[in-house]
Order: sequence, then C-alpha cells, then structure tokens
Amino acid sequence: MERELRLMKGNEAVAEAAIRAGADGYFGYPITPQSEILEYLMEAKPYETTGMVVLQAESELAAINMVYGGAACGKKVMTTSSSPGISLKQEGITYIAGAELPCLIVNVVRGGPGLGTIQPAQSDYFQAVKGGGHGDYHLIVLAPASVQEMADFVELGFDLAFRYRNPVMILSDGAIGQMMEKVYLNPHRERSKDVPEWATTGKPPTRSRNIITSLDLDPEAQERFNLKLVAKYNEIREKEVRYEEFQCDDADYLLVAYGTSARVCQKSVQLARMEGIRVGLLRPITLFPFPSERISVLADRVKGILSVEMSAGQMVEDVLLAVNGKVTVKHYGRMGGMIPTPEEVVENLRSKIIGG
Amino acid sequence: MAKVRGSIVVNIDRCKGCEICMISCPTGTIAMAEEVNSKGYNFAYPANPDLCIGCANCAIVCPDGVITVYKTKI
Amino acid sequence: MAEVTGIKEIIKPENLVYKRTGIMTDTVLSYCPGCGHGTAHRILAELIEEEGLQSKAIGVSPVGCSVLLYNFLDIDWQEAAHGRAPAVATAIKRLLPDRFVFTYQGDGDLAAIGTAETIHACNRGENFLIIFINNGIYGMTGGQMAPTTIPGMKSSTSPFGRDVRMMGNPLKMTDIVATLPGTYYVTRQSVHTPANVKKTKRALRKAIQYQFHNKGTCFVEIVSNCPSGWKMTPVESIRWMEENMLPFYPLGDMKVPDEKTGK
Repeated sequence: MERELRLMKGNEAVAEAAIRAGADGYFGYPITPQSEILEYLMEAKPYETTGMVVLQAESELAAINMVYGGAACGKKVMTTSSSPGISLKQEGITYIAGAELPCLIVNVVRGGPGLGTIQPAQSDYFQAVKGGGHGDYHLIVLAPASVQEMADFVELGFDLAFRYRNPVMILSDGAIGQMMEKVYLNPHRERSKDVPEWATTGKPPTRSRNIITSLDLDPEAQERFNLKLVAKYNEIREKEVRYEEFQCDDADYLLVAYGTSARVCQKSVQLARMEGIRVGLLRPITLFPFPSERISVLADRVKGILSVEMSAGQMVEDVLLAVNGKVTVKHYGRMGGMIPTPEEVVENLRSKIIGG
Repeated sequence: MAKVRGSIVVNIDRCKGCEICMISCPTGTIAMAEEVNSKGYNFAYPANPDLCIGCANCAIVCPDGVITVYKTKI
Repeated sequence: MAEVTGIKEIIKPENLVYKRTGIMTDTVLSYCPGCGHGTAHRILAELIEEEGLQSKAIGVSPVGCSVLLYNFLDIDWQEAAHGRAPAVATAIKRLLPDRFVFTYQGDGDLAAIGTAETIHACNRGENFLIIFINNGIYGMTGGQMAPTTIPGMKSSTSPFGRDVRMMGNPLKMTDIVATLPGTYYVTRQSVHTPANVKKTKRALRKAIQYQFHNKGTCFVEIVSNCPSGWKMTPVESIRWMEENMLPFYPLGDMKVPDEKTGK
C-alpha cells in the first residue's frame, strides 16, 4: 500500500485522513485550537470529489445533532471540537451512545475549567473516559501521541465505531493538533455504499420500519438495553485494548502517560536511565478500554508507578484501580496549558516514588 | 333527485369520547353512548343513523381515526 | 374489534368514502381525548400514502407529547433530543437528498429550546419540512407555560395568566421564519374543524411536493388544542382556541412561492 508522505499539522491530518477514509459527512463549529480541521475541509472541497458533506453548523449542539442524524442514516460522519465545545456536545453524545450510533468525535483538548485557556491540556480525561453526558455509557477513546496517529486513528476510529455501533472519541490536545510533523497518509478509500440494516433510509416494502431512538419507557426493556450495552463494553474491554511499552522489560519504575505527556516521558526515561535509574513507560493508546491488566502485570515487577498527565490527576485513578495497592502510585501533572518537562518528570519520580 | 345516504362504523375500543365528531356532524347523526368502552370512555355512536349523509366530517376530525365512512345514492 | 354501525346495508366496500390509512400503525395513540396531535398525524400519514412516499420518508420526532410519534406512522424514524430535530434533519437531507425528510415538533421543542436550530435550518434553506404544533403550552410535562402561551393565558407556571411584563412575550416563530430568505413556503393552519383539516392537508401536500423543488425550507404551523393542559373538555378547548388562540395566531399563508417563477 503506497502511503503519501506529507508535512502537516495534527488538525490538518485529521481532516485529510477523514476525506481519505471515505467519510460521508463532517459537521463542525469553530473553536481554538482545532479550527484548522473545518478550514482544511472547506479548502479541500471534498463535496466536489468524494461527495463528502461538509457543513459549518450554528453551534456545537447543532453539529453533534447533525452527526446523530447522519449516523442514523448509516453514514460515516464526524465532528471535531475542543473542550468547551465538547461540553456542549455531551447531550448529543449520550443520545448517540443511547441510540447505538457509530460516529467519530475529535476533542483537541485545551485547559479548563470554563473557558480556561487555548493551550494544550489533558484535563478532559474523566469526561471522555467516564461518561461526560448522563446515563451508563462509554465511548471508545483513542489517544494519539503524534500527527501520524491523528491521521491513523480517524480510519481506526470509524472502523471501531461501526464494528461496535458506538461513538468513538479521539482525545488529542492542542499541542498535537497544532504541531507539524511528517505523516504518511493512506490512499483514498471509496465512500461505502453499504447500508447497515438498522439505518433509517426510507422504509422499503421488504423490511419493517427502522426507528433510531434512545427512549424506552418500559423499565424492564430499558434495563435489558443497559445490560446489552454492558456486554458490548465488556467485549470492547476484552478485544480492543491498545498500548505501547517503552523500555519496560527491565524497569524498576514505571511511568504511565498518554498523548503529549507520553512524548515528554519518553525523554524522561532516557534521562533517568543515564543516571542509572531503570525506568519504563507504558503509553495507553486506548483510554477506554484502559490497559488495566497490563499495568497490573507490570505492577508485580516494578517498585513504583508515576502517572504523568497534563491535569490535576485523572488517569491516575484508573492506574490506582489497575494496581490495586500492589505498589505506590503517584501523580505528577501540570495544568492550565503548561506541559511538563522531561527533567521535572524525573525529579518527581525521584521525590515521589524512589525517595518515597 | 337522488338522495345521499351514509353510514359510519365506530371502533368502540379506540374511541376516547372527545365529542369532536359529534359537534362536527352537520346532521346530528352522532351522539355519545350512555355505556362506556373498555377504557371507560363514553364512545361515539350513530344515534340517528337515518340522518347520516356520509360526508365524513366526523372521520376527518377524529384525532384517533376511529370512524370509517360509507356513502351511497338511492 | 368492537364496533357500532349505522345502516348496515350501506356498509359495502364499493361505498367506502373514508377509512384510516394503513400508514398509521395499530398502536393506540398516547394522546388525551380530543388532542389535535392525532388529527395532524393522520393527515400526514394519509399524504405519505397518497404521494407514495413510504419508502422515501424519514421523520424526525421531537421531545414533548409527540415523543412517541415514531410508534404511530409506519415509516423510518429518528427520535431527536429536545429542540434538535432541525439539526438532525439537516444532516439526513444533505446525506440523502432524494428522500422526503420532515420534523414534527411542538412549541416547547421548536420555539424555546430549539429556537436556534429552527431559525438556522430555515435560514440556510434546508430542503425539508417542519411541522410545528402550537398549542400554547407544555403538554407532556403537565401544562407549564410555553414560549407560545398567549398573554393572560393560564398555565401551571403562569397560574394567574401570562403576565408579559414579568414572563415576557409569546414568540411567533412562524412570523419570524417567514422573513428568512431560506424558507420557501410558510403557513399557519389548524385541525379543529373538518374544513380546517382539509385546508391543512392541502397545505401539507403542497409543502411535501415543494420539498422536491429543492428551493428551501417549508414550514407548516398547526395551531392546536390541549384540553388537559388547558383544563377544559375537548369541545370547550376548541371553542377557547377559536376565541383566544386564533385571533393571536391568525391562520393563513405567510409566504408562498410564486407559481409562475417558482421562487
């Protein structure tokens, strides 16, 4: 498969990858630091080539509900935003999860709460991984650490979304959205002509009507539906965990970090090893499902674990659950748009884990 | 001159007794029954069947679509 | 089926003049006695049958009394979040432009929480039909004040009548969308008498046919009654509607395409 090499921003890579993945529709609303995605698509005019619909909605609320409408037609549709906009989309996201619709949502995270800042952060972990909207549901959450993964996860995200009839979120951040790197782009994939059996496309005489809804007033039926979702999430936990390890084989200490933090931590591992401290890095690629089992196995071998995040400590709760008291787990984080330095991470590993 | 005669069929169980058919009937064919249906509503019925002209006004305004209408000329 | 009949000899297939359309399912409507929703559903169903659109129709149901609308018409449906139906329909129509797409929304859905979605879809000129049921009250939640509750009208959250100085003014959404360049056909109708039902059906038929002109949004308001929310019998509610609602929401076309130019 011939892949085209380009130098692109992470946001642009998402847009280009969407066209190449054969997306049917994009519905967005500008917000920093992800507006390049909509700008790129409007410039690229895929509606003249692949037929992909691109629309600037009047709000994030409208955009996510357009995604609902398109997804319910069985189409490959997506939206992108950044933290405050993703908060607005939560209503639509829970309806999409409740109606079991496939779609792709990209969050190029910025610092919060509130308007916060336009600088990168990882403070939407809870919102992405634990729910965000109301009701018992999960998104499949992919955490890219490079422009390459921004592109790759678009296609992967759509595939997972349709495999499980579940919304998928790419949880990126302002740094990865804005940085430029080389990226290998997949060749163009034709837009799919397949119509899923559940899609609302107009009822032919050959089938009964399709109804896309998240409502069931009968409690027994609603509970059966909830149990069906639980079974689906368990299957996802079993089959879709993705992570990457860096020098974990002989590690005495473990760093756990995703996205931008993981890039920093890779350097921290090198710095620590130059000082004779044997450190490894586990980078979760899927945040839901979380690589709990692998962390639990590594916890049997290491003396302590540091969770490094650009947040006040969110993923660390999942690390703690995975480790279940076997070794010390601490958190180190920067917030408000600040990115930890590799040196800071080593320093905190020393003070919080090795010295502790 | 041919006289138009009509006849209606009311689905008793689906009638909610709102009386809108009754007030929309131009000939006074319809009244509400003394007895009630399985839901407890006094249902509409053709109390004066000879007056019906089959205009279908009752069926057209019925929110629950419980009335079927027939018409013939004699 | 238990039934009562008029003169038996007349009841023959060749004499049939009116029968419930097969597009309506057998599910009993969840509405209160006398509620105009049922009539509005039925004429919509009749038109889908008469225009041969069952295999092309995709409806978007709202949140409100008609939230279960998808159980009543035998077509494909999407149930939207409160107020978001025009956004949902926007994507459906853009992705499947040859389908017949419509939303069916109440006044709380369309004129309060969904104001932005309604106005922007109409302003973009999305090629679908919006059916707007205006009964001046929140029916499903038990009779609270709606954006369309008329001045002085009582509701459970305006128990002494709507005081516009305190509660603000009713919003005439149909008048607003008629001023937008994206709308193609805008009309206000009702379904409380046989004559009005026939007029509404004519208006809806036009709106359905216009959708395939691809000239913009068609918007049909249906002023309706809410006997339970208004705390009246169905017949009283119809009289009250004629005397109070219709002077405030006068019936008629607000924007019609020029038959010659089609614009």
